[in-house]
Amino acid sequence: MREQNPKERIKNFNEVPYGYNKEEAIAEASRCLQCKKPPCVKGCPVEVNIPAFILAIKEDRFLDAIKIIKETNNLPAVCGRVCPQEDQCEKLCVLQKKGNPIDIGSLERFAADWSRENKQVPINHKKSKKIDGEMIAVIGAGPSGLTCASDLALLGYKVTIFEALHKPGGVLTYGIPEFRLPKNIVMDEVAAIEYLGVNVKYNFVIGKIKSIDELRQEGYKAFYIASGAGLPYFMNIPGENLNGVYSANEFLTRINLMKAYKFPEYDTPIKVGKKVAVIGAGNVAIDSARSALRLGAEKVYIVYRRTEQEMPARLDEIHHAEEEGIIFHLLTSPIKILGDESKEVKKILCIKNKLGDPDDSGRRRPLPIAKSEFEMTTDTVVVAIGNGPNPILQDTIKGLQLNRWGNIEADKNTCITNIKDIFAGGDIVTGAATVIAAMGAGKRAARAINEHIQS
Amino acid sequence: MYAITKKEKIASEIYLVEFEFMDLAKAASPGQFVILRIDEKGERFPLTLFDWNTEKGTIQVVCQAIGVSTRKLCALNEGDSILDIVGPLGRATDTKNIGKVICIGGGVGTAEAYPIAKKMKENGNDVTVIIGARNKDFVICEEKMRAVCHTVHVATDDGTQGKKGFVTDVLRDLLEKDTPDLVFAIGPAVMMKKVAEMTKEKNIKTLVSLNSIMIDGTGMCGGCRVLVGEKVKFACVDGPEFDGHQVDFEDMMSRGKRYHDKEEIALQQHGGVCRRGRAH
Repeated sequence: MREQNPKERIKNFNEVPYGYNKEEAIAEASRCLQCKKPPCVKGCPVEVNIPAFILAIKEDRFLDAIKIIKETNNLPAVCGRVCPQEDQCEKLCVLQKKGNPIDIGSLERFAADWSRENKQVPINHKKSKKIDGEMIAVIGAGPSGLTCASDLALLGYKVTIFEALHKPGGVLTYGIPEFRLPKNIVMDEVAAIEYLGVNVKYNFVIGKIKSIDELRQEGYKAFYIASGAGLPYFMNIPGENLNGVYSANEFLTRINLMKAYKFPEYDTPIKVGKKVAVIGAGNVAIDSARSALRLGAEKVYIVYRRTEQEMPARLDEIHHAEEEGIIFHLLTSPIKILGDESKEVKKILCIKNKLGDPDDSGRRRPLPIAKSEFEMTTDTVVVAIGNGPNPILQDTIKGLQLNRWGNIEADKNTCITNIKDIFAGGDIVTGAATVIAAMGAGKRAARAINEHIQS
Repeated sequence: MYAITKKEKIASEIYLVEFEFMDLAKAASPGQFVILRIDEKGERFPLTLFDWNTEKGTIQVVCQAIGVSTRKLCALNEGDSILDIVGPLGRATDTKNIGKVICIGGGVGTAEAYPIAKKMKENGNDVTVIIGARNKDFVICEEKMRAVCHTVHVATDDGTQGKKGFVTDVLRDLLEKDTPDLVFAIGPAVMMKKVAEMTKEKNIKTLVSLNSIMIDGTGMCGGCRVLVGEKVKFACVDGPEFDGHQVDFEDMMSRGKRYHDKEEIALQQHGGVCRRGRAH
């Protein structure tokens, strides 16, 4: 895949990979073996008919390709860019054994981009003329909510999505930076979902402005809670409240949702120092680090307590970060953040780790090495160690069963909670996971909600 | 889009702005706030709810023109619209009958104390209000307060109205005569700090309402975090009210200033000069 040169791209927020052109897409599609029992499909949480759409690309039938994808996936331009294909479809590709699987993600992206650029709407996605089904409420316009809503709309339900922010997309909009997922693409995919008849109500925090009970009284017959994992975790170490310490959520929301990278043209400011330390090594951490670089930081460090092998971020993005000059401090844990008299961050006190036995996550546990403390000079710290469930909604639903971390208890296959008309899925159930896993839950929930209404 | 149905200048650079938003009016409670965004390039900024009317479906906020966003809002007129309002956010004030209550409002914080004082009185409390302002041109809501509480005291820094001095000077006098069951303070951080110090000596329960910098207002960004009893709390979802004796005001004040230099740049961009620091 052709990409923007690292030296150039660290100065802008434009997308890094250029995407296939027609000829490249056809050439890549032609490598597909068209397996009779395609293993790749089993790796896709939303069951895209991968060989069929690849065949369509190979045969220059691009409209057919997007039609096939959209039968099961309403966010293909998003998924083609941010899915961890290397752990899903591409991992199971027969050609993987030879080390060079089909680039399924990029082909999906190609089909979606072609459709958008050529304004070609697949026939099965034309607006349903007859929407007379029951009213369903979806809470959260992130990937899970959008998927559930579009599947239900296609089944003929009257779906309203209630979104707390002023823009749709959830983490796609506030979390993932422009250089990895351009926002106009997210907005276009959401517009396509609205075109199906889905109504999105923005600035609507369910649990604050209205309760589930009130929505029930208004006639909503089922609820899908897809409110995400929005509560940032901190390390609970001294100095975390100093100026210059951000949660990754705040850092990325300022940049992505509020366009702080265009300050002062846009009113929302952000402060990025010369030396930025990002704590954590998931996709959110890598996104924060690469954003900091683009905002003018001279040195950006990833501080991670384990080794490269355990990093949760996508390999592609770790490579992109390395190419861009991000410095990785591995086997390192912050123990204290130090500031000056005006409470600005100056240093982080860290300790080196070695790896011990595997913990609950199956990864080897980091163990601090005695007397290995050292100081790192920095003026901005971004804490990207994960998110917990946002409590606003759960707090207002009487009797809803939660687990010990505060996530909603819901059935894996049907997303049903202990309350018969309430379904839940995505990060609010699983804890922070991937876009595609959240979408898979949205699909299963739509199916189960349909059965619930029909029964 | 949310239409402005009324705009009124209530003091120097302080305006009452009313919007149409029925669902919000029905859900609002004293102590809660909204987050607004004026236009596509605007930031999200919080303002406390001042009043609401469930029949007309309107909500009111009181806004002092200080930074870019508040100036943008104050420059709009009836019939204009803003892009976004989300709310009601934050926990509602507990206004149950506790007995004698002193509500203190400093500057534009007086508007924020108003719905609380009103509800406290409705619930049978004996409510005394202290309004503090720089000078008589900045005293707001006095008449409205008189209508909803038992006694109103005014203090101005220069003595142009009411007692010359700070709200704490009035409070000291009141505490010499009587001990309230609750003191509620809302206004500049330094005022709330002074109030809390005074009541702590006498062990009087004191609540303060913290106006931290925030973005989403639903607990997602963590930008509004404050130290309360040495624990990190999010003002938007855990607050905005906290035990005044537990709040680390120094921490709060320094975090509140973290974008002052950027605000200066933003204001220059919009052809203004930053007045922050003088406003409260």
